[in-house]
Order: sequence, then C-alpha cells, then structure tokens
Amino acid sequence: MSRAPLSEDELHAYADHRLNTARRADVEAMLAQRPELRQAVADWRMHKAQLHTTYDSVLSEPLPARLLGTARVPRRHTPLRFAAVVTWLVLGGIIGFTLRGQLGQDAPSSLHSAHLAALPRQAAIAHAVFSPEVRHPVEVGASEETHLVAWLSKRLGTALKPPHLAAQGFDLVGGRLLPGEAGPVAQFMYQDSQGQRLTLYVRQDAAQNAPTAFRYAQEGKVSVFYWLDGKMGYALSGEMNKGTLLPVATAVYQQMNP
Amino acid sequence: MPHNAPMLQHQDIVNELPRLRRYARALTHNATLSDDLVQDTVERALSRFTLWRPGNLRAWLFAIMHNLYVNQVRSAPPLAYTGEEPLPEIPVRASQADSLEMRDLARALARLPIEQREVLLLIGLEDFSYEEAAKIIDVPIGTVMSRLSRGRERLRALLAGSELPEPQLKVVK
Repeated sequence: MSRAPLSEDELHAYADHRLNTARRADVEAMLAQRPELRQAVADWRMHKAQLHTTYDSVLSEPLPARLLGTARVPRRHTPLRFAAVVTWLVLGGIIGFTLRGQLGQDAPSSLHSAHLAALPRQAAIAHAVFSPEVRHPVEVGASEETHLVAWLSKRLGTALKPPHLAAQGFDLVGGRLLPGEAGPVAQFMYQDSQGQRLTLYVRQDAAQNAPTAFRYAQEGKVSVFYWLDGKMGYALSGEMNKGTLLPVATAVYQQMNP
Repeated sequence: MPHNAPMLQHQDIVNELPRLRRYARALTHNATLSDDLVQDTVERALSRFTLWRPGNLRAWLFAIMHNLYVNQVRSAPPLAYTGEEPLPEIPVRASQADSLEMRDLARALARLPIEQREVLLLIGLEDFSYEEAAKIIDVPIGTVMSRLSRGRERLRALLAGSELPEPQLKVVK
C-alpha cells in the first residue's frame, strides 16, 4: 500500500474535520509518532473553540434597527423611496377609482361600503409609507406609551389603547397621527425580532356603524385585515401572507373588541 | 409595478445579519465599526442585487464585506496607527470582557496581519470550506492554505507569549 506523503495542508484539513476518512487514518498514524504536531493540532482546535466562545454571543444580540432598515429590498434610496410613495398613492387612486361602485357585495353603491372599502387601501398606503422608515418610524415611541395613548386618544376623541402583541412576537414601536378622510387617524407600529413591521390603523367615523365581520384585502404586497365597530374602523397591515397575519389580527380584534 | 420582483428578499438578508456581524466584530474588534461595516456591506449588496445569482448568498455577502474592509484598511490614514503602542487597547464589550482567555485571544487576533486574520476567521469561526474562503477573498486556494498555516502558527506563538512565530512545522515525512 503506497502512501503519499502527508502535507501540512492535510494536517489543517484534519484539524478542521475536512479530511476524508482514508487520509484521516494516515494523519492519525503520523500524529501518534509526532507529539509536536499533535500539540499543534490540539492548539488549533482549541483556538477555534475559543473564537466561538469569544464571538458567538454576537449571534444572539438583538439586531440594531439601523441594520434592519438597511436590509430592505429594494435599497432605501431617496428618489426611489419618493417614487415608491408616489406609485402607491397613484396606484391607490387607480384601484379606488376602478373599484368604485364594484366593491361591497351587499350594497354596491352605498356610501357605507365605499367608506369601508377605502379603509384597507388607506391603511395599506400608510403602512407602505411609514413602515420602511428607519429614523422616524413613529412620532412618539413606545417608551412614552402613556403619553402616546393620551395624545392619540385626545386627537381621535375616544379612549384608544394599542393592543399588546408580545404573545404574537410583536412589540410596540410607537405611534403617529395621520390625516384621514374624515379627520385624524392613529397609526400604531409594531416590530418583531426579525424587523418585520405591522401597522394598526385606527380611524373614527362620524356615523355609528354596525359591527362588521373580519375582512381581508390584499393591496399590492401588503395584506390587510380590517373591521368596523361602532364609530371605529380598524385595519392591521403587514407585508406578509394572509396566514401569518391572521393570528395577529385575531389577537388585535379580541383586544380592541372585548 | 411598484416592486419589480426582487430576487432577493428582505428576510434573506436579515437571516445573514447575525453571521455578518459576528465576523465583522472579530475582524475589527469594535462594535460600532463592525456594524458600520455590516451596514455598508448590505447597502453595497442591495445596490448590486441584480448581479446576484441565486446561490450562496452568504459567501457573496462575505466577499462584499471583504472588499469593503480591505479598501477601508488600505485607505485608513497612516496617522491612525502609532507604532509605539505594541498592544492597542481594544474596546471589548462588557459581556465579553469577563474572561481573560477571551481577551487574550482577541488581542492576539488583532495583531495578526489582516490577510491571516481573515482566513483564520472565515475557516475557524465562520466554518467556510477552503474553497469558499478562496472565493470570498479572491485568491487561489494555495494562498488560503499558506495564510491559514502562518496565521495559526502566529496565533499559537502570540498566545504562548513569544514574540516570534515558532519555526515552521515540518510535516512531510
């Protein structure tokens, strides 16, 4: 049996567990006779293990928000962002115009259904505009939740309380005030550990509405679950599929309509 | 359409962030600098994501980081380096400073030439194959092996407290 001479490369491959079985036996035979090489291999392996004990903690650190913002595809870029916002607004208008009168199986032309149909679209647009925000995703952060709740409740003229979605893996980022068709609208933003964001859009209507069922709409890449209850309209938006959003929306619904 | 169906999804990149951060931290020994490097890497990657072919996203991102880092080091003002101080104080996170052994390793690593440190980390920490490491830093595999060998011996010498690497091991029998 002819053995090719062992190279130092193979010694490293052995230390890294990247050597094939046949050669491994050759290396081991040699190491048995060469204590200084045995020591080298042991040290290399120990240093590898130390690299992991020193740096693996980074893997479990929470990801900084600035990195999560950067990682959005396509790239966060001012002209592009502007174009995206304009596209969304135009698209929203076109969809709204095209679907006008077609929506609402129950009463196609009623003001009620048009008003209801506008809810997911407006919520999706607001989601698309604010959820990629890196520096100013919200006006008031979750750290000032008491102030946030008091402020938005005052502006909407009703006691508002952002739902707690920690059980669903989402933490409150904060909220902001937006202009709606009929007055002020509140938007609460949530984020999970992966940087995935959800927004809850809450508007108040002039008229008292009969509670509606839970409805679903897809606006571009944004999934929206929405419903009306009394004077309030709620829409939960996220760039995720319906099945992923549903349990979160259910939790929101249960907390907002106890 | 507002979104021209990116081949690369947000989540794909987010999935790679912890690994990129770990490597950058070990490479630069500085939490802020390393996150800057990761951010630059992701931005660069996204600006050319049309060039990315479905395949090894991780290796592609590491290659981008390698290029950025090497250029950064090359263009760093020479004044930033003072030859007087043999062991610059390395900012180590409190959570990592608890072990002398870890600190020694980080310091020894910082004293390796960049080419050796990179190879040592790509293989020893990030567990890339020799071929992948060669692609990432864009050198022949033989160069990877010789850097690995020199880097490992130098690290041993540094951790053993001697200034000079031990004489080259003679393996061939």
